[in-house]
Amino acid sequence: MTARFEADLPSGQPIIVARDVVKRYRIGEQDVLALDGVTLDIAAGEFVAIMGASGSGKSTMMNLIGALDAPSSGSLAIDGRDIGAMAADDLADLRNRTIGFVFQQFNLLPRTPAYRQVMLPLQYTHPRPTDMETQARQRLEQVGLANRMDHLPRQLSGGQQQRVAIARALVNNPKILLADEPTGALDSRTSDDIMRLFSALNSDGITIVVVTHEPEIAEWAKRRITFRDGRIVSDVRQASPQREAAQ
Amino acid sequence: MTILDSLRVALTALRSNLLRSILTTLGIVIGVASVIILVAVGNGATGEVNRQITALGTNMLVIFPDAMRVMGRSSATGSALPLSEGDVTALREKIFGVSGISGQLEESAPVVRGNLNWTTSVSGVHGDYTFVRDWPVREGRELNAQDLRAAGRVALIGSTVAKQLFPGENPIGAEVRIKNVPFQIVGLLSVKGQSAMGRDQDDVMLIPMTTARNRIVGKSDVQVDQVGRIYVKLDDQTNIKVAQEEMEQLLRQRRKNGPNSEDSFSVRNMAEFMRARTEVLSTMSYLLGATSAISLIVGGIGIMNIMLVSVTERTREIGLRMAVGGRKRDIMLQFLVEAVMLCLLGGLIGIALGVGIAWLIAYLASWPVAVSLNVIAGAMTAAGLTGIIFGFFPARRAAGLNPIDALRSE
Ligand SMILES: Nc1ncnc2c1ncn2[C@@H]1O[C@H](COP(=O)(O)OP(=O)(O)OP(=O)(O)O)[C@@H](O)[C@H]1O
Ligand SMILES: [Mg+2]
Repeated sequence: MTARFEADLPSGQPIIVARDVVKRYRIGEQDVLALDGVTLDIAAGEFVAIMGASGSGKSTMMNLIGALDAPSSGSLAIDGRDIGAMAADDLADLRNRTIGFVFQQFNLLPRTPAYRQVMLPLQYTHPRPTDMETQARQRLEQVGLANRMDHLPRQLSGGQQQRVAIARALVNNPKILLADEPTGALDSRTSDDIMRLFSALNSDGITIVVVTHEPEIAEWAKRRITFRDGRIVSDVRQASPQREAAQ
Repeated sequence: MTILDSLRVALTALRSNLLRSILTTLGIVIGVASVIILVAVGNGATGEVNRQITALGTNMLVIFPDAMRVMGRSSATGSALPLSEGDVTALREKIFGVSGISGQLEESAPVVRGNLNWTTSVSGVHGDYTFVRDWPVREGRELNAQDLRAAGRVALIGSTVAKQLFPGENPIGAEVRIKNVPFQIVGLLSVKGQSAMGRDQDDVMLIPMTTARNRIVGKSDVQVDQVGRIYVKLDDQTNIKVAQEEMEQLLRQRRKNGPNSEDSFSVRNMAEFMRARTEVLSTMSYLLGATSAISLIVGGIGIMNIMLVSVTERTREIGLRMAVGGRKRDIMLQFLVEAVMLCLLGGLIGIALGVGIAWLIAYLASWPVAVSLNVIAGAMTAAGLTGIIFGFFPARRAAGLNPIDALRSE
C-alpha cells in the first residue's frame, strides 16, 4: 500500500506553477474575487481532480491554466513560461501545442465531420503538418471512433461527441490535458469510459487536470484538490480504486 | 490557417445560410450590374461616336450654304445663296493649311443597269473628295482633274450600290445610266458602314462635280457654278479653330455679309460637334456611375451588417478556434475572406445580370453595346474591395474577442 502510494507521488518537473494567483471580476460597483490567492504546483505526469462547490473558482482556475484568460495578479507559469508575460500569438501557440482543452459542452463545430473537427488544431500549427488528416484519423481511432470519422456532431451521441472533442484536444500531442467537467453532460457509464481513456492517456505520460463535481469521477485521479471561495482548502494524494480495476 | 482553409470555412458558412447570403449580396448585385450596364451602353455609344468621327475624317470642316441651327438645317435651305466654285478656289488659295477641298452636290436618283434599278444618293464631287473624307477607292481609280475638266461620264460607286447592281460581278468598267445619261464605273469605294443615324454610308455614287451640274442636278437651280456643301481637310499642324475663323471671315467678305447681319453660311467642325455629344454622354455615365458606386456602398453596409450578425452568432466558434491555437490574424482572415466571398458572389450574380440586361438593351433598342472585360474585372475588383473594406470592421471585432469571453457567450 505504502509502496503504491509512493509510486503515485509526482516524479516529473513542475509543469504548472501558480503563485498567489488572484482573479477579480468587476460587475458594476462590485468586485467578485473568483480566485483569492491560489498557490499550486502540478508536476508533469500528474492526474489531478479539482473539486469544490459551485462558484468556488474551479473553472476560473482551469481557464487560467489553459491560457484562455490572464490572472489579475500573481504569476502562473505553464511548461516553464510565465503566461502573464507572453504575447498573444505565443499564447495561441501554447494553447495549440502544449495544452489540450476539453469542455463540458464539447464545443464541436456544426456541419463539420468528425475528422475535420480533430484536424482543426493542426490547421493552426506553425509550421503546418503535412499529414493532418492521417493524424486526425489516428486520434479518432485512439478514442474508439474508427467508424465515425465522417459523422457530423448531430449524428453522434453525447459520449461520442465528447470523444471527438478529446481526440481534438490530443491531436497535437499536448503535455497537458485540461478537462472542465468533461462528463457533466454524460451518463455514468459513458463517464466511466471517458475516465478510463484519461487514465490510459495519463499512463502514457500526459499531465491531466479534471474539474468535477462527482466524487466517483474524482476517484480516478491520483491527486484531489478542493476549492472553496477561490482558495484551495485541501490537496490530497490518493490511491485510485477505479484505476486499479481498469488496469 | 491558410487562405484555402479559410475559403473552405467561409464556403461552409455561406452554404449553411444560403438564402441569407444571397439576399445580403443584393446591394452588390445591383451595384455591379448597373456599372456593367452603364459602361456597356455608354461605351457602345461613345465607341460609335468615335468611329463616326474617324469616319468623317479628323481635321475636317464642313461648310453649309446656310446658317445652321444646333442640330438640323435651318428652314431657309431652299432660298439660301449657294456656295460656288469661286468659294472653293478662294478657300484653297487663301486659307493656310488646307490639304484638300471638295464640294458635294447631292441628289437622290435611280441608277439603272440593264433591267436592274437602284435609287441611291448621287453626288457630284471634286477630285479631292475621297482624300478629304478618308475614303479611298478599293478597286479601280479615283476621279481625276481630267474627269472634272471634261465633265467626264465616269463614276465611283459604294459597296451597297455594287452589291445591288452587280451581284457577284466586278463593276469596274461596266456602264450604268442615271437619268438616261450613261456612266462608266471606274472605281469601287472602300466600305464605310452605317452612320450613327443608321444610314448606310455605302449606298452612294460619286461623279465629277462638273458632270453633276451639267447633267444630273435639277435645272431649276439658279447658279451655274454651285458646289453644294464644301468639305475642307486641314493638315495636322494646322489649328482647326484658327482655320475655321479665317474661313468664316473670307466667306463673309465674299458673300457680303455685314458685320451685324447673320451669316448666310456655317462652318462646322464635325469632329468637335461629335465630341461634344460624347462629352454629354460621358458626363451622364459619370453621374450614373456615381449612382452605382452608391449602391456598392449601400451593398457594402449590408455585408458589414450581416458579417456583424455572423460574428455574434459564431462567437463560441471563434472562442473555440482561439482555444485550439487560432491567432488573431487567423480569425481576422477568416471573416475577411467570408466578406470578400459574399461580395464576389454578389459580383458574379451582378455580372451575369448586367451582361444579360446589356444584351437585352442592345437587342431591343438596337443601341450599340460594348461589354468590356476591363469593366467586368473592374467591377469584380470593386466588389472584392467592398468586401475588404466593409468586412474589416466585423473581422477585427471577431479577432479582438477574448478567448474565454467568446467561449462563454450564449
Ligand atoms: N466572466 C465573469 N464575470 C463575472 N464573474 C465571474 C465571471 N466568471 C466567473 N465569475 C464568478 O467567479 C466565481 C467563480 O466562478 P467559476 O466559474 O470559476 O466557478 P466554478 O467553481 O467553476 O463553478 P461551477 O461548479 O458552477 O462551474 C463565481 O462567483 C462567478 O460568479
Ligand atoms: Mg465551472
